[in-house]
Amino acid sequence: MLRYTLKRLLSLILSLLVASLVIFAAIEVVPGDPAQYMLGINAQEDTLNALREQLGLNQSVVSRYFSWVAGMVQGDFGVSYTYRTPVRDMVAERLWISLPLALYALALAILVAFPAGILAARKRGSFLDSTVMGVTQLGVAIPNFWFAMLMVLLFAVSLRWFSAGGFPGWDNGFWLAMKALTLPAIALSLQQASILTRVMRSSLLDTLSEDFVRTARAKGLSTGQALWRHALRNAMIPVLTIIGMQFSFLIAGGIVIENVFFLPGLGRLIFQSISQRDLIVVESVVMILVFAVIMVNFAVDLAYAFVDPRLRRRT
Amino acid sequence: MTTLRTAAALTSALALCASLGTAHAAGGDVTVGLQLEPPHLDPTSAAAGAIDQVLYSNVFEGLTRFGPDGSINPGLAKDWDVSEDGLTYTFHLQEGVTFHDGTTMDAEDVKFSLDRARAEDSANAQKALFADIASVDVVDPATVKVTLSKPNGNFLFNMAWGDAVIVAPESIENIKTNPVGTGAFTFSNWVQGDQITLTKNADYWGEPAKLDSATFKFISDPTAAFAAVMAEDVDAFGGYPAPENLPQFEADPRFNVLIGSTEGETILSTNNAQPPFDNPKVREALAHAIDRQAIIDGAMFGYGTPIGTHFAPHHPDYVDLTGNSAYDPEKAKALLAEAGFADGFTTTLKLPPPSYARRGGEIIAAQLRDVGIETEISNLEWAQWLEQVFRGKDFGLTIISHTEPLDIGIYANPDYYFQYDSAEFQGVMAELNEATDPAKRSELLQKAQTIISDDYVNGYLFQLAQLSVVKANLVGIWENSPTQATDLTAVYWEE
Repeated sequence: MLRYTLKRLLSLILSLLVASLVIFAAIEVVPGDPAQYMLGINAQEDTLNALREQLGLNQSVVSRYFSWVAGMVQGDFGVSYTYRTPVRDMVAERLWISLPLALYALALAILVAFPAGILAARKRGSFLDSTVMGVTQLGVAIPNFWFAMLMVLLFAVSLRWFSAGGFPGWDNGFWLAMKALTLPAIALSLQQASILTRVMRSSLLDTLSEDFVRTARAKGLSTGQALWRHALRNAMIPVLTIIGMQFSFLIAGGIVIENVFFLPGLGRLIFQSISQRDLIVVESVVMILVFAVIMVNFAVDLAYAFVDPRLRRRT
Repeated sequence: MTTLRTAAALTSALALCASLGTAHAAGGDVTVGLQLEPPHLDPTSAAAGAIDQVLYSNVFEGLTRFGPDGSINPGLAKDWDVSEDGLTYTFHLQEGVTFHDGTTMDAEDVKFSLDRARAEDSANAQKALFADIASVDVVDPATVKVTLSKPNGNFLFNMAWGDAVIVAPESIENIKTNPVGTGAFTFSNWVQGDQITLTKNADYWGEPAKLDSATFKFISDPTAAFAAVMAEDVDAFGGYPAPENLPQFEADPRFNVLIGSTEGETILSTNNAQPPFDNPKVREALAHAIDRQAIIDGAMFGYGTPIGTHFAPHHPDYVDLTGNSAYDPEKAKALLAEAGFADGFTTTLKLPPPSYARRGGEIIAAQLRDVGIETEISNLEWAQWLEQVFRGKDFGLTIISHTEPLDIGIYANPDYYFQYDSAEFQGVMAELNEATDPAKRSELLQKAQTIISDDYVNGYLFQLAQLSVVKANLVGIWENSPTQATDLTAVYWEE
């Protein structure tokens, strides 16, 4: 287990290094001068130069890359060109919306997908099974931003149960904040819940037809007992993979939903920073997202080993 | 001199009468939706109109200030004297003015603000506003003398800009996150990405605000803006981004729709130095090939005033020159043939993000195709547009709204991105800058408009409309947008 973990850790560090190079290079070649963007079309050349000097844009590319990486290692992500506040603080603030939103959506997806998937697998071929399959088919097909708009029209504009968007902040009470995240979380989770249900069902059906389940049945367990004690655990590997992938998607995929609900999350921060050429923020936020995705994958890898002892021994 | 003083006194007296004469419910809160969030909160070091949109007049004030109709009114300067040669402005400041942190606002602060804006390392996006200032001297705590290096008839107008507001040396360090001004509202909180809250300044030196607090919510997506107004999450939306929804609001008794004017001349900007546009005949052909009304209807759902020159139609000196470039495709074809382009030509049309440009671009491309001009459309982000079009001058045509008030002076700069170089026009502008007599200024402004219209420098399309949706019982939101501002100082709820 230790060797397995160490090997995963090494590949994690390598991935991060490569990612930092690619991100920096990609963003450096994007045309557009941040100083000109900030000062607009009436700015004079001397003013622009003064600002570029202040922002450190007059330094060479190589020295900017190294100071960026060196800063990140120490937890310093630089200072935003436009907002002039440390990127770390901005991201931390935004993460307090994006992360709970992603977790909320994931929890909703799991809460729906597990029972629905297990039920559909147990009652394979029944009316219930085809209903679940039909609804999830639809859930996969509907774009989440469109579904989000429909919900806004119904729950905010017509029924007035929720506000159309925005975020009151956690200081104003936990439930108020959760309420503001509810419609976005539902919109985000629709697709994920549908995919997860289908994966859960098919993975469970696969394991249910395996020899060890037949053996378990033969030694006298009921279908239900065999499913709970033996099949479910073995069916979890593909499900965990999907959950891992979905979590990364939910953090990054919030960009569209955050814009529909005007939530001040990470997604919207990236969106704004790209158009404002706030390069340092884009670089750092993308890097943080890459870091999050790699960490989630790392955790999923460890979770595999946890549910499947064979993986531990093989490496 | 004396007339100016009287006028100033009169304006404030009138304002006082107006506020005494109306019955209104004091207090209350208002939530205003805006599309763009300020990048930071220092109006004196960024071009972003979003900063003024929140802070101008509410939190920060200048020596002079814009009225709802674009007039220049006294601000922190209660009146002023101008010397005979137009070189010395002596400002008499309002007394008893304090900044929101409790420090006094006096002549030293004015000197600091103006000197900071024109300093060598200044980051002021409109540094040109201060270019003619030779020195700023403190006469006594309530009097400042500004000496110009040459007469500038626009000086009082320049001092009303959001880029010229008075700031204090004590609070300048943190101005970007904690703006400290002298206005009727104090800055209270900023949830980045979501909202900014202002609260009433109880110690305001002038007529106090009627509202207790004001919240600005930033909603960039037009569909989300619609939902937020409909769900009454916001009480007003300034610069409403989806004109296609306005009829729905007009039919709804809960809302008022305000259709006003902005300072935004929307033009088909033409690269005057790039062939074939260096040929005036080609530019004339271009002007006649454009059907303005079709663009206003198609791109702006009918909201917008046709213009025939680079000047705001609501300005008293505006000359209607639309007839000069009336829609006439046959004439356009004939002119092209005359210029040697009987078979037309191909050029680039580079479009920045706003919908007036993207939607308008498609319509213009079709209209130009009818007279034989093919356009290669490319959609650019703002940063790309600034790089390629504005700095690089690498374009044939582009569509852009010039939103600075009274900015016809840009045509006097031959290096400006559309590269119009006319000695005659430059002469008129030089004369205008030194003219202080109102009648003379009017005449020169009108002459300037006619010259650029006759030279067909750019395709003049329409004046951008200011569209706002406001709750029916909310009174005092500006209909027009003489500068980018949401002045809430006189806004109140009607019972």
